[in-house]
Amino acid sequence: MTPARKKRLGLILLMVAGVATGVGFALKSLDQNIMFFFTPTEVVGGKAPADKLFRMGGMVVAGTVKRPGDGLTVQFDLTDNEQNVTVKFAGILPDLFREGQGIIANGKLNQSGEFVAEEVLAKHDETYMPPELAGMQSKTEN
Amino acid sequence: MFLWFHKLGSPPHFYRIAGKWIPWLNWMFLVLLVAGLYGGLVLAPPDYQQGESYRIIFVHVPAAWMSLFIYVAMAVCGAIIIIWRMKLAEIVLISSAPIGASFTFLALVTGSLWGKPMWGTYWVWDARLTSELILLFLYLGVIGLHNAIDDKRTAARAVAILALVGVVNIPIIHYSVEWWHSLHQGATVTKFDKPSIHWSMLLPLLLMALAFQVYYVLALFHRCRAEILRRERNSKWIEEL
Repeated sequence: MTPARKKRLGLILLMVAGVATGVGFALKSLDQNIMFFFTPTEVVGGKAPADKLFRMGGMVVAGTVKRPGDGLTVQFDLTDNEQNVTVKFAGILPDLFREGQGIIANGKLNQSGEFVAEEVLAKHDETYMPPELAGMQSKTEN
Repeated sequence: MFLWFHKLGSPPHFYRIAGKWIPWLNWMFLVLLVAGLYGGLVLAPPDYQQGESYRIIFVHVPAAWMSLFIYVAMAVCGAIIIIWRMKLAEIVLISSAPIGASFTFLALVTGSLWGKPMWGTYWVWDARLTSELILLFLYLGVIGLHNAIDDKRTAARAVAILALVGVVNIPIIHYSVEWWHSLHQGATVTKFDKPSIHWSMLLPLLLMALAFQVYYVLALFHRCRAEILRRERNSKWIEEL
């Protein structure tokens, strides 16, 4: 490589490294804003905003899905395997909603520490398999 | 080998080589596409949770991979343009941009159509979706910047710098689902662990990815040949064609 080309290669590397560092710092400082949801542990620990809408993500605890009262409101517990938070939601649940499923709820905490959701989204995991295999897996687990 | 590479760098030579490859690539693309689609839409079993809806993966995931791959290819061309001032790299860079933009758009649209029944929403501003949208804007920026400057050799230098700066976004897209809590699921195939997808679904997925890759080369050759003709329209070798 000629000296001129070496210099240009150096300049490119310097530029990309500089931009990467800048973007890295920007993202680091925006960390909380880019986080799409809070975990139940963070919510119980008081890290979530108290007066505005936020999202909470976790697994639906098996056996906690209830429809108290008018039958429109669904109530269930969300967990991150450390803390549980009770969620109340009046609306249409996504197809993937079920016990043990990861979901994300958007809403606010009420006075008694329950999470009142305005929207519930299902978080899909990255596993894909045929139904027969899934059946086999849960049988061996039981 | 080095001589072969040097010869490939000359536009008339590339024009002829690409022309010879196009019929073969057509067949490769057709065979891979038919095999991938048949495997994905007919042979592969439905998913244990999502049922039939998951089949959009056979378009969405290869399109998303290509959107990243083409951008990296453009950034490599950008480096070659700035260091070696190679004309063919300029042509490849600018010919790649619309193809990459189309793949990005396809990934965003198919993902959004899948998101409505599965997540319950077409769009959320989570890290993966937002960074992929920024990638689309980067592609559009490259196309726009190139069209804004009349002198195509100056334009190529400007576009090369934009392509190189934008490459910072590529690892952000890939790792967005690990670095931050996001609605989008984590990586299924592109990780060091065993892929968490059954082989009967993985095989057609990889076939589709290969088909998209061949399609990129095919579309790139067509676009490059047209761009070479446009740039060298006054030169002697074109009169002889």
